[in-house]
Amino acid sequence: MIRRCLLWRFIPQGILLSVFALVLVGCSDNRTPVEIASAQGILLLGNGSEPHGLDPHLTTGVPEHNILHSIFEGLIAYHPTDESAPEPGVAEKWECNSDATVWTFHLRHDARWSNGDPVTASDFSYSFRRILSPALGAQYADQLIVLKGAEDYLKGNTSDFSTVGVEVLDEHTLRLHLVGPTPHLPGMLKHNAWYPVNPGVIESFGSIDSRESDWTRPENLVGNGAFRISKWVTNSYLEVVKSDSYWDADRVSIKGIRFFPIEKASTEEAAFRAGQIHYCSNIPIDRIAYYRSRHPQVIRFDDYLGTYFYRFNTTRPPLDNPLVRRALTLAIDTGLIVREVTKGGEQPARGFVYDGVSGYRTPGNLQFDPVEAKRLLADAGFPGGAGFPKMEILINTQEAHKMIAEAIQQMWRDHLGIDIGVVNQEWKVYLDNQDNLRYDISRSGWIGDYVDPITFLMIWTSDSGNNQTGWSNRRYDALYKQVLLTGDPHHRNALMREMESIFLEELPAAPIYWYTRKYLIHPDVKNWHPKLLDYHPFKFIQLEPTGFRL
Amino acid sequence: MLRFLISRLLQTILVLYLIATVVFVMMKAVPGGPFSQERNVSEHILRKLEEQYGLNDPLHVQYAKYMWNITPKRFSPGALLRFDLKEGLGIDFGYSFRYEGRTVNQLIAEALPVSAELGFYALIIAAFLGISTGSLAALKQNTAWDHIPMGVVMVGICLPTFVMGPILILIFGFWVPESIRLPVLFWEPSYDASWMESLRYRILPAMTLGLYYAAGIARLTRGSMLEVLGQDYIRTARAKGVSPFNVVVKHGLRTGMIPVISYLGPVAAHLITGSFVIEYIFMLPGLGRHLINAALNRDYTLIMGTVLVYAAILILFNFIVDTLLVWLNPRLRLGSNP
Amino acid sequence: MKRIPMTESSQLSTQNPSRLVRSPWGEAWIRLTKNHMAIAGLVCFSTITLLCLLAPWIAPFEPNEQNLLKGPTPPGSTHWFGTDTLGRDLAARTLFGGRISIAVGFAATLVAMTIGVAWGAIAGYCGGWIDAVMMRIVDILYSLPFMIFVILLMTIFERSLLLLFVAIGCVEWLTLSRIVRGQMLQLKTMPYIDAARALGVRRTRLIIRHIIPNLLGPVIIYSTLTVPAVMLLESSLSFLGLGVQPPDSSWGSLINDGAEKMVSYPWLLIFPSIFFSLTLFSLNFLGDGLRDALDPKSKDA
Repeated sequence: MIRRCLLWRFIPQGILLSVFALVLVGCSDNRTPVEIASAQGILLLGNGSEPHGLDPHLTTGVPEHNILHSIFEGLIAYHPTDESAPEPGVAEKWECNSDATVWTFHLRHDARWSNGDPVTASDFSYSFRRILSPALGAQYADQLIVLKGAEDYLKGNTSDFSTVGVEVLDEHTLRLHLVGPTPHLPGMLKHNAWYPVNPGVIESFGSIDSRESDWTRPENLVGNGAFRISKWVTNSYLEVVKSDSYWDADRVSIKGIRFFPIEKASTEEAAFRAGQIHYCSNIPIDRIAYYRSRHPQVIRFDDYLGTYFYRFNTTRPPLDNPLVRRALTLAIDTGLIVREVTKGGEQPARGFVYDGVSGYRTPGNLQFDPVEAKRLLADAGFPGGAGFPKMEILINTQEAHKMIAEAIQQMWRDHLGIDIGVVNQEWKVYLDNQDNLRYDISRSGWIGDYVDPITFLMIWTSDSGNNQTGWSNRRYDALYKQVLLTGDPHHRNALMREMESIFLEELPAAPIYWYTRKYLIHPDVKNWHPKLLDYHPFKFIQLEPTGFRL
Repeated sequence: MLRFLISRLLQTILVLYLIATVVFVMMKAVPGGPFSQERNVSEHILRKLEEQYGLNDPLHVQYAKYMWNITPKRFSPGALLRFDLKEGLGIDFGYSFRYEGRTVNQLIAEALPVSAELGFYALIIAAFLGISTGSLAALKQNTAWDHIPMGVVMVGICLPTFVMGPILILIFGFWVPESIRLPVLFWEPSYDASWMESLRYRILPAMTLGLYYAAGIARLTRGSMLEVLGQDYIRTARAKGVSPFNVVVKHGLRTGMIPVISYLGPVAAHLITGSFVIEYIFMLPGLGRHLINAALNRDYTLIMGTVLVYAAILILFNFIVDTLLVWLNPRLRLGSNP
Repeated sequence: MKRIPMTESSQLSTQNPSRLVRSPWGEAWIRLTKNHMAIAGLVCFSTITLLCLLAPWIAPFEPNEQNLLKGPTPPGSTHWFGTDTLGRDLAARTLFGGRISIAVGFAATLVAMTIGVAWGAIAGYCGGWIDAVMMRIVDILYSLPFMIFVILLMTIFERSLLLLFVAIGCVEWLTLSRIVRGQMLQLKTMPYIDAARALGVRRTRLIIRHIIPNLLGPVIIYSTLTVPAVMLLESSLSFLGLGVQPPDSSWGSLINDGAEKMVSYPWLLIFPSIFFSLTLFSLNFLGDGLRDALDPKSKDA
């Protein structure tokens, strides 16, 4: 009786299991998504987090930028191999006057929006007016204050855009008047803050300065890049396809790109291993050794224009004492950290500015020196760490930051005899506390906006919103003003070296290492070159199925 | 009955307003605003942003505006079935702070079906595994048939889902032979494919989620079945020669299911609105991810929207469960207050 | 309710030790000892707790002592469970992590128990509109997404262990308050309570001698099941990075760490998971056993 009953009970289970098995095995296609995509010419990219938006004038993040430079094109575009070389974009050619304060751009006649309209100089003028509109509240608007009169317009001191140094000579010639000599302007123009938007589209979904507008919805968005957006599923993927109206469409090899927002490195790596994405933008530290030894052809380490550092809150004693800051800095064994913790071939930072940026050599010579560190701490009144107040390192929640903080915590305990705690906060709270100087020591990183040392040095001026240490130095500020007015590269570099020397004397922050970009890329992807800012123009990328599987 | 329904509805509305108020107060108390950025925003831009989103209004004005926007103003069931709250109820949660140009209504309308579908699969798996294991264990109390299946199911609640998920990924995504491997991430394939192919993407997350709840259901089923099987009418039925299968299914399950169903109510609501851990591990575009992301990003409007939708669904399911219980338990049918 | 009030019978048994009448507690204990799974759970849980409590004396290494040059090593004779990516001894970290996890489990349960019992008992005892209002509040709280509230609490305030207890405790008391209220309502109608009242037994004495002992059973059962639930909740918070702060660790944070690196260093996941799961397993079985033993209804089964 009971036996029969059990048999009965298993029948539905059996049915379910067989359906399950059918679904499992019943997949006809044994190819991985990557193999299918390579054959179709679709690039599958891991792309950090879900894009906040697609308005080139409002977004600020890296994942957004990766998508934006595929669907928009500025005056200057990204070069496939060299980050500091300007590649003609909408501008065919350009020239500047002798002190690099007036620039003239000649726009190509065949540049088209994805709705067929020609891209004109007045479109650019409209776009610059849009991002500088005070009511738009664009966070990257200050990129444009190199333009004459832009700061006044942005601050609302004037509402007359003709006072801003943007001059439309004719539909295909645009002239920019700058506040000071800016030889690196072409590099700056690659940023999405300088991208054009289609005035007709903006006006039909709102006004020039409305933030909450539907024009960036996939069905409405009009761009001028090599690709156009076709589908966007929040938290799932965003798809762009090749745009036929693009002036250089003949050279665009791939049919489309899918951007997947994957935040966690371990998840992204699993997706790559399972053949679900071509490109994995982040490698968990523990997997580096595996790929290095087993699949060296997919792992890459590229130089990356960024510095990882620890901010000191110079308004809190004893961190207001440069001796203490120096002692803390010298007690960090940066070599050990890059070798044993981050493991991505990073370089210990000798100074703050990434070494070798457009001919600039850092004057810094910071090196791990526990003896000197101990002596400095004793000089500051804390021999052997005695009497050093209880302090904390502020980090945002992320595995790598936690590991580095714990390593540094131990180094300070071993070499200086001081006990420092670690506080882990989630991103927004961390930013808020750092901004309001509610921390002792805070983990930070800075990636250059363009290839020029000034992008690193400008954050330490007194009125920079990114200073966030309470440190200020009058000589440093004066030098910064001078740099902005100097056109001669040699003199400019000398001034900047002096700035960095002041920084290294005072050390409001402890430089730890210079970044590398570590990522995984499938061998099917061709023409993906190392780039200092990690911008890879997709129009040059090619896909060739190789049949490679991990 | 009508009076009960009306008072219940009024209560629900009051509760939802209270929840909205609590969340509103909490949001205003949390440090870090929606516009905190790594690259600092200048003061006047910040002011403009706050003006745009009405954050510079006095608190009571913000509160009043918000309460008005979330008040239902019309009713259209067709639009509700499409998860369109604006058309369906006239509720407008406003634009999301984090996702520029996307309204909270849109985000919820996109995410809720995903979570609901996943929850549906998981619920089937959980109920099936749980009820069958629990009944089996109860029938053969204190034998190997009791301990071993119960032990296996219990693993589900002893391993956190963020361990269970990656382990299942490892087994079904990498260790099994290549021909039967399952996709390890995402909600759907990255190319056009049949629904069968899409279904394969949903197996692992549904399993992970289902296993977690199967254990709870199995335990409850076992407990209440034991109790029911000891009752006089079951003994009588058995003595009369009714087959054990019929005893279990016709007589035992019906009464034995009462605690299980009261447990399933909130569980179903949790499943439908998504488990954020599962959605994170498998990168699914569901509501649970919005819920957590919104809290971490201080996306005020999205938090309000997701929390209210979540609470409304929870209340709805509790209501359905209460009704079901009345139907299942004849004794309650006569009583006025369940 | 078919049983005699336990206090009476325990008096009986103490007065006449020769007679073979056991107190309900004694009977429950005997029933519990017959349940092998529950006893195994009890033994297992006690052992793990003892190991963790004694961690400072038995752990082979300091839990936070790093050795960057050594890095992660698999289990061996020096490091029984291996070391983590910063070269810290995993055995020591697991034992010390257990102290925190178990402490969070019990402290939060205690918070939940205090609030839940007080709330439920007051509602049940007073009845009337007080009861109605108090239970409506519980209903409201039931329909809130707890996780969001714990997260908000954890982000509003400076994070500390104490806050973790309180935050989790504050969301776990609801079910308990309902159980206690139900029990209370039932007790109020019991004839022996009326009898005691009629005999002029004072209210405090009534509560202490008659009501509390009868509430104890369900509270103990439910609390045993709350501890593992709380430990799981803590581990989910660790998953979001909102749990225990480094360099301290709980089982939740160790497991989360291990789950991320399980392909490269599986031992980082395996050992903390074994401890964690065994503890949860034991507590769950113990809770089930206690329910079978303490719940008079299951006597028939």
